[in-house]
Amino acid sequence: MMMQHLPILQVILPLLAAPFAALASRRHWAWHLTLVATAGAFAISLLLLATILRTGTPIIYDLGGWPAPIGIVYVIDSASAFVLPVVSGIGFIATLAARHLVIAEIDARDHPLFFAAWLLTLAGMLGQVTTGDAFNIFVFLEISSLSGYALVAMGAGRDRRALPAAFNYLILGTVGATFYVIGLGLLYMLTGTLNLADLSVRLADVENLRPAYVALAFIALGLFLKMALFPLHLWLAPAYSHAPSAVTALMAATATKVSVYVLIRILFGVFGFEFPYMTQAVGGLLLTLGLLGAFVGTFAAIVETDLKRLFAQSSIAQLGYMAIGLGIMTSAGIAASFIHLFNHALMKGALFLALGVIAAQTTHLSLHTIKGAGRQIPMTMTAILLGGLALIGVPLTAGFISKLYLIRALIDSGLWAIAAVTFVSSALALVYVWKIVEHAWFTERPENAPVLTETPGQWAQAWILVLATIGFGIYAGPLVEAAFGAAQVFGPDIIQATQTIEGLQIIEGLEGQE
Amino acid sequence: MSEIAAHWNYYLVIILMMLGFYAVIARGNMVKKMVGLNIFQTSVFMLYISVGKINGGTAPILTGDPASVYSNPLPHVLILTAIVVGVATTAVGYALIIRIYESYGTIEDDELAVLIDSDEDACERANTEPA
Repeated sequence: MMMQHLPILQVILPLLAAPFAALASRRHWAWHLTLVATAGAFAISLLLLATILRTGTPIIYDLGGWPAPIGIVYVIDSASAFVLPVVSGIGFIATLAARHLVIAEIDARDHPLFFAAWLLTLAGMLGQVTTGDAFNIFVFLEISSLSGYALVAMGAGRDRRALPAAFNYLILGTVGATFYVIGLGLLYMLTGTLNLADLSVRLADVENLRPAYVALAFIALGLFLKMALFPLHLWLAPAYSHAPSAVTALMAATATKVSVYVLIRILFGVFGFEFPYMTQAVGGLLLTLGLLGAFVGTFAAIVETDLKRLFAQSSIAQLGYMAIGLGIMTSAGIAASFIHLFNHALMKGALFLALGVIAAQTTHLSLHTIKGAGRQIPMTMTAILLGGLALIGVPLTAGFISKLYLIRALIDSGLWAIAAVTFVSSALALVYVWKIVEHAWFTERPENAPVLTETPGQWAQAWILVLATIGFGIYAGPLVEAAFGAAQVFGPDIIQATQTIEGLQIIEGLEGQE
Repeated sequence: MSEIAAHWNYYLVIILMMLGFYAVIARGNMVKKMVGLNIFQTSVFMLYISVGKINGGTAPILTGDPASVYSNPLPHVLILTAIVVGVATTAVGYALIIRIYESYGTIEDDELAVLIDSDEDACERANTEPA
């Protein structure tokens, strides 16, 4: 009985918990409630993933008993079941860490409201992943974004620059969401439906009409803005660097990834590979912007001294790799993007949670702050180091698996030059990770610098994600299989089927060498 | 000319949309940016609503008369939701503007940029010469 309502429950749980968190009279209650709600959502999403992996048939949930295309449906298929645990899992672990981070950074009076916004942003993201209705995506997108703007602005207690950062994020985020709605309006005019599955069927009859191209352009542009694809990435670095640490960890790990997922859903699930202009125009654009983003983000991170902003810039680069994966326009490319989406969520979650341990103790979090910190707070700094190594794509970390499949997908499509450039740009990440190593371990701590401390309760959450990064780096088989399963939702083709087998053989070979 | 007359609603929407979008991008005053954003969003609302209208159509109420022509209610309902979203966005936006004015004393983009730069410089100094 309960089982059949799981798709809706994992959205409803955080959504319903939010007003109660806002009303909590004691600040600890708000946190406990948030923890229970996020743990519940995480458990449900794991259950859904297990069900999908076992049966392989999508779960369709009709809201209010109205079947599609009249009613709104929630669809749990291999793709959404793959992304859900990423969002809710990071949400759960970030909530664990939020306890000490929020006490350190947010005024006690604001805790109930903070956690209410936190739950809403999570509910919005889970909703975007689950829903099978294009307009419903917009509503959830705005739920998660609006509470996201409020969360970013809460950094103002320590750093007033959070306010203009949140305002710019609001302006650009709203423009992006409105572009999405314009595109959707055009699609609705052409087809008379908003159900994603129904749209893709009906769009086939009108795909040579100009409004369909314009709709594609508007929707893609709106989502590029939301996922911070170069050159529409300017809102990201200020928002992430001035937000409270817990918020940065949650949003850097999940918010842009959900937009990438929505982009995949719309581009390949609705328009499809066969849509005119898809391969050349959209694919070419994704490859070009992805590559440029990878370089611009990496170079910006290399010259950056503020640590939060450094890793925010590296997020631009990592999102560029996901765009490259989509731009290849094969299932193998989409699968590579799914793998990187998963891995990047783990790495960035770990990095920003570890940075939070330091940020909670100092006002400015820069390379200077961590001079010689390797000996004072070894567990935190090691977590940052391992997260950084995963960003570069060092073997035995999950980042290596991402890069391996991305470069393989590029080579299989004959895109040798792009594969080479991708390799070079990810190797360049070594420069900024080395800067951190040099400051933390090979520099003496200045005599007058404040003493940094750490307790297991502070670094444990970051380490859970670091260990997951290493775990999936060594034992990547299930992850790769699930990602290829997710990509298969958007049109299985022959290249993809053989790749899964070869891919798994590579992984087994690697495990054999261990 | 008749082409334009037949699609006058689209031209109206496009003009409004570009006016709003221009204000969002080109205005330095944050309140004006928000006004532009509202105009931009409203143009999209009008796009949806005008599409649902059918010439001679009435409100979509069941009358029992199968020949009755009625407007498509779905875009209207969608836009009701979008209006709620727009109101919430506007509220959050103005709340942020008030807070920005309280802490910086200005809501002009260029003056704010100078103040943010000086914040950054203060950070730099605090980092290079710790107290």
